[in-house]
Amino acid sequence: MRFGVITFPGSNCDHDCYWALRKVLSQEVEFIWHKEEDVQGYDCLILPGGFSYGDYLRTGAIAKFSPVMRGVKEFVHRGGLVLGICNGFQILQEAGLLPGVMLQNESLRFICDYVYLRVENEKTPFTCGCKKGEVLKIPIAHNAGNFFVEKETLEKLKGENRIILRYCDKEGRISRASNPNGAMDNIAAVINEGGNVLGMMPHPERAIESILGSTDGRKIFESIMRSRDEKG
Amino acid sequence: MEIKVTPELVAQHGLTPEEYERIKEILGREPNFTELGIFSVMWSEHCSYKSSLPWLKSLPREGENLLAKAGEENAGAVEIGDGWVVVFKMESHNHPSAVEPYQGAATGVGGIMRDIFAMGARPIASLNSLRFGNLESPQTRYLFDGVVRGIADYGNCFGVPNVGGEVYFEDTYQENPLVNVMALGVAKRGYLASALAKGPGNPVFIVGSSTGRDGIHGATFASEELNEKSQARRPSVQIGDPFMEKLLLEACLEAIRGGHIVGIQDMGAAGITCSTSEMAAKGGCGMKIDLDKVPRREEGMIPYELMLSESQERMLLVVERGYEEEVKAIFKKWELNCEVIGQVVEEGWLKVREGGEVVASIPPHSLVVGEGAPVYKRKEKKPKYLDRVGKRLKGRFPPPADFNQALLKLLSSPTISSKEWVYRQYDTMVRTNTLLPPGSDAAVIRIKKLNKGLALTADGNGRYCYLDPRMGGRIAVAEAARNLICSGAKPLAVTDCLNFGNPEDPEVFWTFARCVEGIGEACRAMQTPVTGGNVSFYNQSPQGSVYPTPVIGMVGLIDDLDKVTTQWFKEKGDLILLLGENRGELGGSEYLRVIYGMVGGGCPVLDLDYELRVQALCRWGIAQGLVKSAHDLSEGGLAIALAEACLASPEGRVGAWVDSLDGPDEVSSLFGESQSRIIVTVEDEGWKRLKEKGDNSGVKVRVIGKVGGDKLKIGNLVDLDLGRLEDEYRFSLVRIMEGRS
Repeated sequence: MRFGVITFPGSNCDHDCYWALRKVLSQEVEFIWHKEEDVQGYDCLILPGGFSYGDYLRTGAIAKFSPVMRGVKEFVHRGGLVLGICNGFQILQEAGLLPGVMLQNESLRFICDYVYLRVENEKTPFTCGCKKGEVLKIPIAHNAGNFFVEKETLEKLKGENRIILRYCDKEGRISRASNPNGAMDNIAAVINEGGNVLGMMPHPERAIESILGSTDGRKIFESIMRSRDEKG
Repeated sequence: MEIKVTPELVAQHGLTPEEYERIKEILGREPNFTELGIFSVMWSEHCSYKSSLPWLKSLPREGENLLAKAGEENAGAVEIGDGWVVVFKMESHNHPSAVEPYQGAATGVGGIMRDIFAMGARPIASLNSLRFGNLESPQTRYLFDGVVRGIADYGNCFGVPNVGGEVYFEDTYQENPLVNVMALGVAKRGYLASALAKGPGNPVFIVGSSTGRDGIHGATFASEELNEKSQARRPSVQIGDPFMEKLLLEACLEAIRGGHIVGIQDMGAAGITCSTSEMAAKGGCGMKIDLDKVPRREEGMIPYELMLSESQERMLLVVERGYEEEVKAIFKKWELNCEVIGQVVEEGWLKVREGGEVVASIPPHSLVVGEGAPVYKRKEKKPKYLDRVGKRLKGRFPPPADFNQALLKLLSSPTISSKEWVYRQYDTMVRTNTLLPPGSDAAVIRIKKLNKGLALTADGNGRYCYLDPRMGGRIAVAEAARNLICSGAKPLAVTDCLNFGNPEDPEVFWTFARCVEGIGEACRAMQTPVTGGNVSFYNQSPQGSVYPTPVIGMVGLIDDLDKVTTQWFKEKGDLILLLGENRGELGGSEYLRVIYGMVGGGCPVLDLDYELRVQALCRWGIAQGLVKSAHDLSEGGLAIALAEACLASPEGRVGAWVDSLDGPDEVSSLFGESQSRIIVTVEDEGWKRLKEKGDNSGVKVRVIGKVGGDKLKIGNLVDLDLGRLEDEYRFSLVRIMEGRS
């Protein structure tokens, strides 16, 4: 399977995604510079974490104007898989490919820590290797991960089963105490209407080797690989 | 209009009349205003090391695999195998952080990162060592909060994990906090870059940010005492832009790999002045610089300001002639300034022009440390205060009213309690190399391409150095090495950051000299050469000087990643062993300070030979696969070490029952800070073998208890639920900083 990892000025998890896919999961992977418009020939595009354009103005607000985003939109339109992680999620929101905005964390502080996530919908190309209700341990690292949408959109997301991961405790219970950043309804990941663009605040590429503390992030990438195999 | 150089102006620039006479001798005439500014920053304590240099030369600087020696390059470099090199350095940003904590700390991170990638190495980890006053003061909380945010925002955006460090709180740092930042990078040997200019005709580039008026006289500010007027120095503090630095990093590494960079140097203190003169002096050549070509962010800047600006995120490059366009293309890709501002010339002068006029003309070697910059042999006098506090306490100590309460009080004191509040704000994991994040004896990162690990630590107990500077210096090094050993590493080399008061005060200078002696002795014994670092003097306010505070950054190598060892207890039934022994020392302890508000009684004595034997034993046990956890005993003594080992595991806490104490009395055996002690956990087999090995090498090894249960019990003195301990340990700092809720 062929992955493309997009590097924006200020991306800093691009190398981590590359390492996870190429060295750990033995997949084909290429970096794509943000000035490139042509993103054909890939099975899945990844918008990695980091601080594109320093997060100046607003997270993802400047990166959405990068030439590569025109290619990404077209890629999505044709049904290609796109995964936005952390800052990548924020860019996809700014680009209108995913709903909602990220507010500052409730604590008004950057938070780097492991969190637990409950898989709410396993019938997506990004979670098809998981069980419904399964709990994943994956770290977060962000200033602005406080997911917010207006009420109608939230109802719509719920109705269409588009909330994919929610912050929970070790046992899978969802509560205020298990919400690290104040995200509405403990939302950690959502998917677009077409079911081919996932945004997630936690970093699956950081939970890929047991030596680093968790391998649960593999399940996200392995789901993508599996969905491709099933599609043929 | 040219500003006239008067004796008052010379004095305002921090130059002595004798120094001014020397400038006239060097130039053969009176300097103009711009030249005066250039000499004043380059000859400031911060840039010239004029007080410390004779002493720094006494430190061991030779060692196996050392590629760059102290002072030779932007940072020290040590080869670790297969042609891979680690590059690391520590620096202070104390004065800027005292008046503008957020930017002061942020630009401290930025500066040290540039030192690393100017060597051609990619930064992969950072640490910090912080000292603040009493947290009950709102001013301290403001400084602490600002410094942590500054470090976090810069490092997180730049994309280098902050993997460890230390924070102390003592009244002595109330007006003058210490902010020391260490960074480490890796490079292939063939891609190391050098900070020198050579090859007449080669173009000189300025790359990165535009030049503004920020940070003018930052180096001079760092070379004076803090006082009530220091707040007016806020404009001397630079403003950081981590996004710009990230672009600069990628572009510089790409350019260096291109193979046509002759030399490269960061523009930190003293900006264009320092980078041009140091690179030229090092290459034994001159340079001509045309200020008209410098990209600016403000109008109407005069040559003086351009030469002295400390605007961040800039580098000076000397490029092989004929490859200008290649280099420009790389910086264009990253959307960065990249302008030719001058040329390397044969004649040994730094000639600066503006509008076609020569505005400064100085021999570069006359400006730089170790060459033309002044060096002073400062007076020393043993401080009087030592008569009062330096004498070692002897005899048995009366027990506290309640050992449980004493332990809880110590555990919740800001210096000892968990620093989770701090490091949750740092991205500790980016780059996916962090095997041991903050919270164990040392941080451990892996080098992916080498499949080896590096252990990193920063240590320094200012109180010990205050009570006995030479012993304190020794202990700082020994403890750093012990932390690395406990994590499964072999110590390699040291970078140091020496924070002291006014060096012109003979009592302060005496403490400096003794600390350096202690550091030197210990570094020689541990075979860890000093690869470089930084001296920060004038850490002094009207309330007096801060404690003499050398901070030792140490790097160790872990050949086998299976041998990475953590401080926390693992399994029920494991035996807890104490390596080393309690010598009944309470002087200088956290216990005396927290429980009795007392700073005195000398500090623990460190016997270097015994220390080495304890470390060797622990290292042997880890290599043999016998040791399941290892934790060094430091502030708070055995009781605190046990509590930490019960609480620190990310898998959840586990209890311990300890029934065997040693030493002359109960208080010192629980809370004394005698050196050269490590607690390890083992199974039966490990106990036998470690005991035998210890007997042979003259190290006391005793079983003191067992792992298990949901309490920490120490004899009949301490009996506490882990929940209670954890609440005090983990949340005390959060409660102070976020308000009680």
